[in-house]
Amino acid sequence: MRDRFGKWPTMLAVIAVALMLGVSSATAQSTDYRAPRTAAGYPDLNGIWQTINSAHWNIEPHAAGPGLVRELGASIAVPAGHGIVDGGAIPYRPEALLQRDENFANRLELDPEIKCYLPGVPRATYMPFPFQIIQSEQHIMIVHEYAGAVRTIYMENHTPAPAPTWMGWSHGSWDGETLVIDTQGFNAQTWFDRAGNFHSDALHVIERITPRSEDTMLYEVTIEDPEVFTRPWTMSMPLYRRVEANAEILEFECVEFVEDLIYGHLRKQLDNGTQ
Amino acid sequence: MIHRFLNSGCIAAAVITVSLLTAIPVAAQAPGPVDGYNVPRTADGQPDFEGFWTNATRTPLQRPAGMASEFYTAEEVAATESREAELETAPTVPGTTADVHYDYSQFGLTHSQSTLATSLRTSLIFDPPDGRIPPMTTEGQRIVAQREEEALLKGGRFASAETNELDDRCISMGGSGPPMMDAGYNSNYQILQNRDYVMILTEMIHDVRIIPLDGREQADGKIRQWIGTSRGHWEADTLVVETANFNGKKPFPFQPDAVIRPTYYGSTESMRVTERFTRVDDETIVYQFTIDDETMWSRPWSAELPMKKTIGPLFEHACHEGNYGLTNTLVGARLEEQQAAEEATAKKSN
Repeated sequence: MRDRFGKWPTMLAVIAVALMLGVSSATAQSTDYRAPRTAAGYPDLNGIWQTINSAHWNIEPHAAGPGLVRELGASIAVPAGHGIVDGGAIPYRPEALLQRDENFANRLELDPEIKCYLPGVPRATYMPFPFQIIQSEQHIMIVHEYAGAVRTIYMENHTPAPAPTWMGWSHGSWDGETLVIDTQGFNAQTWFDRAGNFHSDALHVIERITPRSEDTMLYEVTIEDPEVFTRPWTMSMPLYRRVEANAEILEFECVEFVEDLIYGHLRKQLDNGTQ
Repeated sequence: MIHRFLNSGCIAAAVITVSLLTAIPVAAQAPGPVDGYNVPRTADGQPDFEGFWTNATRTPLQRPAGMASEFYTAEEVAATESREAELETAPTVPGTTADVHYDYSQFGLTHSQSTLATSLRTSLIFDPPDGRIPPMTTEGQRIVAQREEEALLKGGRFASAETNELDDRCISMGGSGPPMMDAGYNSNYQILQNRDYVMILTEMIHDVRIIPLDGREQADGKIRQWIGTSRGHWEADTLVVETANFNGKKPFPFQPDAVIRPTYYGSTESMRVTERFTRVDDETIVYQFTIDDETMWSRPWSAELPMKKTIGPLFEHACHEGNYGLTNTLVGARLEEQQAAEEATAKKSN
């Protein structure tokens, strides 16, 4: 497997396949850039990455708006954004759209992020936290700062998801310069953003990560979930390398930040007047 | 999850410890790399630690009182392991916590059902030579007493989520450390390497350690973490990891004889941990660690345990997301208090 992509016959084959498939315009642009290789000969995606957008508030186009906690005023008000959904609107089934609106109305109680739950995919990618890609031949790990959420991408030995999970069960493969991640085996408990956009446990996520310059990558996602959407839909955004010399995934162990919120009503009333 | 280490767990641990007391000393096993072993290399040329590993062990952290020798024979260890395997599947006594708790063996979670990182040591600690944690300093004793007093003022373990144990809160189950030690069950790890980092995923609570190898400085001391901040480097074929910046709130991982006061025992913000990972054969990484915490302990101390190759994959351990146990514990505690109050009132009126 070593030097697989360093060998001319393989490279030519990859280019030929890409030409035959007639790749999309965004992907075609990015294939102009050839990423450095790992020692094993694969495009090197290692690094600490982060998005810069307001998709964590709402993946659809949205205007600025007030936050939900009066005391925090402008500090947690929602910034406007063009959204990351290609074409702007998510093709919800009519009853699912009603559910999304209800989620939005009750987001203070229902958004799993507020309880420090694992964020799911692709939400984890565009939360306002860095994540690190650690790449080896058989596995690629994506480690998110938020809640220590972690994904293992299996590059070989692809097997069905053993059970429904928050972060899904991911199979990876290389399509030229692009890492393709096919993820299924989700539960129905994660959202796509803070605006109540959601999915069922039939969710199927296909991500394409393509280096487009030394410090940026293109991140494209296809979402399939026939129980919630009328057709597959896509989102795309750049990923930016955290280039600080001391960039590091630090700990965001948020469980202890939400214990009073989740369990506070079960607190013992103490004789000394405190709770 | 609840009462995992309390009550039944403690009793079982005590039985296991007692059962280990009757062994005979043997020759020392070599802790270093096995001569002539050709350490596998990653594509980057580093010693290859990648794969799935376990450190599930029946060896206690501290040498049992009265045990003089440093090692058992292989036969003694095998006999102990089969005896303890029987205990793990023994019928429970009706009405006890163990009886109402789910059966670990039904879910493949007992030690006898997992790969065991068997060691012939009578204790994981090899320095001091008596295999015991060195005495606490006067300051360490004062800190522990103060922590116990504060916990009582907060109403004891079952007063709130915050007063409960870290594992029941899904904050830490000990496996990630550092030091990385047997978490009690599911003591599984996945290691991945690239040129600049070693990543260690602990199955329990999906704790991840990302250890930079690029020679960067230790993080600023204002950054405090449950797992500290780690910096690694290679010494020949040994990975050496130095960790500081702990938050001082984490006790040492569960071990039969260290469970007595788990919340208050063990570490302060001044703790540093030095770990050494050495691949000695296809199946084994020898893992050694040294604890330096002059605030708590009168001298540094060191331990060694093997990590044995096991089968993957690791599964998602979404502990907090499914933590019905903590809710149920607190509901139960409040109900008990309410019943006690009603009984007291009834007594008064009689």
